[in-house]
Amino acid sequence: MSGSSQSVLTTGDPGHAVAEHNPVAGLAHDSRGGISNPILGMLLFICSEIMFFSGLFAAYFSVRASTTPWPPVEPADIAEHFNLHSEPWFAAILTVILVVSSVTCQLGVWAIRRDDRTGFIRNIGVTVVLGIVFLIGQAYDYATLGFGIGDTTFGTTFYTLTGFHGAHVFGGVVMLSVVLYRGLAGQFSSRHHDAVEASSLYWHFVDVVWIALFSTLYIL
Amino acid sequence: MATTTLTPAASTYRSGLYEWITTTDHKKIGILYLLNSFLFFFIGGLLALGVRTELAIPGLQLLTNEGLYNQFFTMHGTVMIFLFIIPILAGFGNYVVPLQIGAPDMAFPRINALSFWMLPLGGILLLMGFLTGGAASAGWTSYAPLSEDRIGAAVNDAAGSGQDLWIMALVLIGTSSILGSVNFLVTIFKMRAPGMTLFRMPILVWTVLVTSVLVLMATPVITSALIMLFIDRNYGGHFFDPATGGNAILWQNVFWFYSHPAVYVMVLPAMGMISEILPVFSRKPLFGYRAFVFATAGIGALGFSVWAHHMFTTGAVYLPFFSLMTFLIAVPTGVKMFNWIFTLFRGKLTFSTPLLFALGFLSMFLIGGINGAFSAAVPVDFALHDTYWVVAHLHYVLFGGSVFGVMAGLYYWFPKMTGRMLGEGLGKVQFVLMFIGFNLTFFPMHQLGLAGMPRRIADYAANAGWNDLNLLATVGGFMIGASMIPLLWNVFISLRAGKIAGDDPWEANTLEWATSSPPPPYNFDRLPEIRSERPLFDLRHGRTANH
Repeated sequence: MSGSSQSVLTTGDPGHAVAEHNPVAGLAHDSRGGISNPILGMLLFICSEIMFFSGLFAAYFSVRASTTPWPPVEPADIAEHFNLHSEPWFAAILTVILVVSSVTCQLGVWAIRRDDRTGFIRNIGVTVVLGIVFLIGQAYDYATLGFGIGDTTFGTTFYTLTGFHGAHVFGGVVMLSVVLYRGLAGQFSSRHHDAVEASSLYWHFVDVVWIALFSTLYIL
Repeated sequence: MATTTLTPAASTYRSGLYEWITTTDHKKIGILYLLNSFLFFFIGGLLALGVRTELAIPGLQLLTNEGLYNQFFTMHGTVMIFLFIIPILAGFGNYVVPLQIGAPDMAFPRINALSFWMLPLGGILLLMGFLTGGAASAGWTSYAPLSEDRIGAAVNDAAGSGQDLWIMALVLIGTSSILGSVNFLVTIFKMRAPGMTLFRMPILVWTVLVTSVLVLMATPVITSALIMLFIDRNYGGHFFDPATGGNAILWQNVFWFYSHPAVYVMVLPAMGMISEILPVFSRKPLFGYRAFVFATAGIGALGFSVWAHHMFTTGAVYLPFFSLMTFLIAVPTGVKMFNWIFTLFRGKLTFSTPLLFALGFLSMFLIGGINGAFSAAVPVDFALHDTYWVVAHLHYVLFGGSVFGVMAGLYYWFPKMTGRMLGEGLGKVQFVLMFIGFNLTFFPMHQLGLAGMPRRIADYAANAGWNDLNLLATVGGFMIGASMIPLLWNVFISLRAGKIAGDDPWEANTLEWATSSPPPPYNFDRLPEIRSERPLFDLRHGRTANH
């Protein structure tokens, strides 16, 4: 991708001798060495996503700080469901699922880096399935929690934060599905797999956000 | 340097409508940005004239209810900021940055097209409010809980779908900005021609770089705020409603965390543009190139620590810190004033239209900077908060600064974009009308603010002593409107029969002038050697020594 768009200016292709001895060899597929355009683009986009979730987290802590006690105790019939700390088990299982999916995703990336297409497709396939399981689990959780988005600031912040995380998981699943589809079509190799690297970075980011969310909502 | 004196290859730009709609060429997308932005400039301008007409004399004449007046000033601010100034600067960046760094296109051409096409869509969504029972009317800042009101009150009907459309439009436009900033950053970091080191980049490229960082880090925060507001309004959320445990000041914090850096998004690229123009028209290099770069980076960094100076009167922010930081940010801005003034000092000035507008920027932005530094002092701000002083200040920065910069850039790069020069005579007429009109409109607002006139009022008492200055401001407003006529006429006749520009009509310094006007789709057949930040100057004068 980047190579063709720069062909007017680049004189000669140093090739992958450069990339292999580069500290970021795994990421680098740029003819001039260094990080490739799509991966740099994804890293910058993830920066903006971090700021997006920072905004939501800031709102959460601001609202939480101005509400005592937290979680709220009124209205009593709904507030009894607010005590997420006492039963974090279901969410903990979801956390494990997402962390494992990050591992399989990375195994897929390592596989394609050494041209192991079968391993790559298997691992990305498992990642997509785990992502879908997470989303189903979250939907089930929503259905059984016993409070809604309009039920005090607790409900509002809980559903906004987890909901937008869920939307990002969905986005990640779509990205990885495209990667899987393209992988099945044989479009990736150890030399050309920027889309795989970029999607996996995004997936790890989504995973990290969930760990932060789980810690904040269920433990802290 | 051989100059092409043939008829410009206008066919490049005359291809069919389908080609324009599907293009991924950064130059065509840049021109689309400019056209779209000017369209919204005229819409925003008409809204402003509506506001000024209403305020010309006491009483309600044109906009017969306050609700409609609220819609007018809300939409004026929103359109001008989000659909004119920010996108038009992105448009100039789109056109010029890849050329200036010697790249064939942006890093992600299709994402570039996507970023552009979100803008007209966002604009249509925003303006749709007028057709669906009332546009947004809570001000461009849309402070909660006013913006949360869903039950139609007599005066403020934020109840309508207008406010929701406003939110959706801004999310869309914000996403466009974020994608655009990623594109700029990757382009600048990865696509520079051989020899184009960071400290040989033209200043405009530096300002676009810093601007992109601001957009990338700040815009997502307002997106989160907008989504929270949307949830409050439509799904019974409680983020900003104090009555149900929410926090109204939270909106102001997240809003200004974006919207203050956004002020620099709106002015840094314009600073970059005049930093390209001043050296060319004074036949000197920019004075203190590196100082300028560090000042730009300094503004970018400090820009994130001053947002609460919009909120001094809430009593909910730590005043000494935000006051101090606000004074501090005047320092890098002052450095730039010195860069520009000493670039002009003892230069061989040619008073072409681009230089006139650049000087307009310099003088008007100076006033905007000085009256801004006044407001950084907490006690002064307490007196001036929400008065017309603030309206005067922000227009001196954003109109006197950015819009004059945009006009300078338009006259400067129009020959590159079209192959034809804009007429100098009409350009000067436009400058004089705009400069006088601008000062007639906004200078009296300082006095009105000191005399206690609040912002955002549709009417005032006839005996308040504000009549004459308001009438003067309205006359000035119509002069600004009239100054657009010579511009449009100039563009119209220059496109048909303007003087042929050639490759480098201004004897400029940067790479965009090394290719034909307009450039071919792939930008360059060959590049001159890049040994300094002025490769074309080196080429003309045979300078071979290393920089």
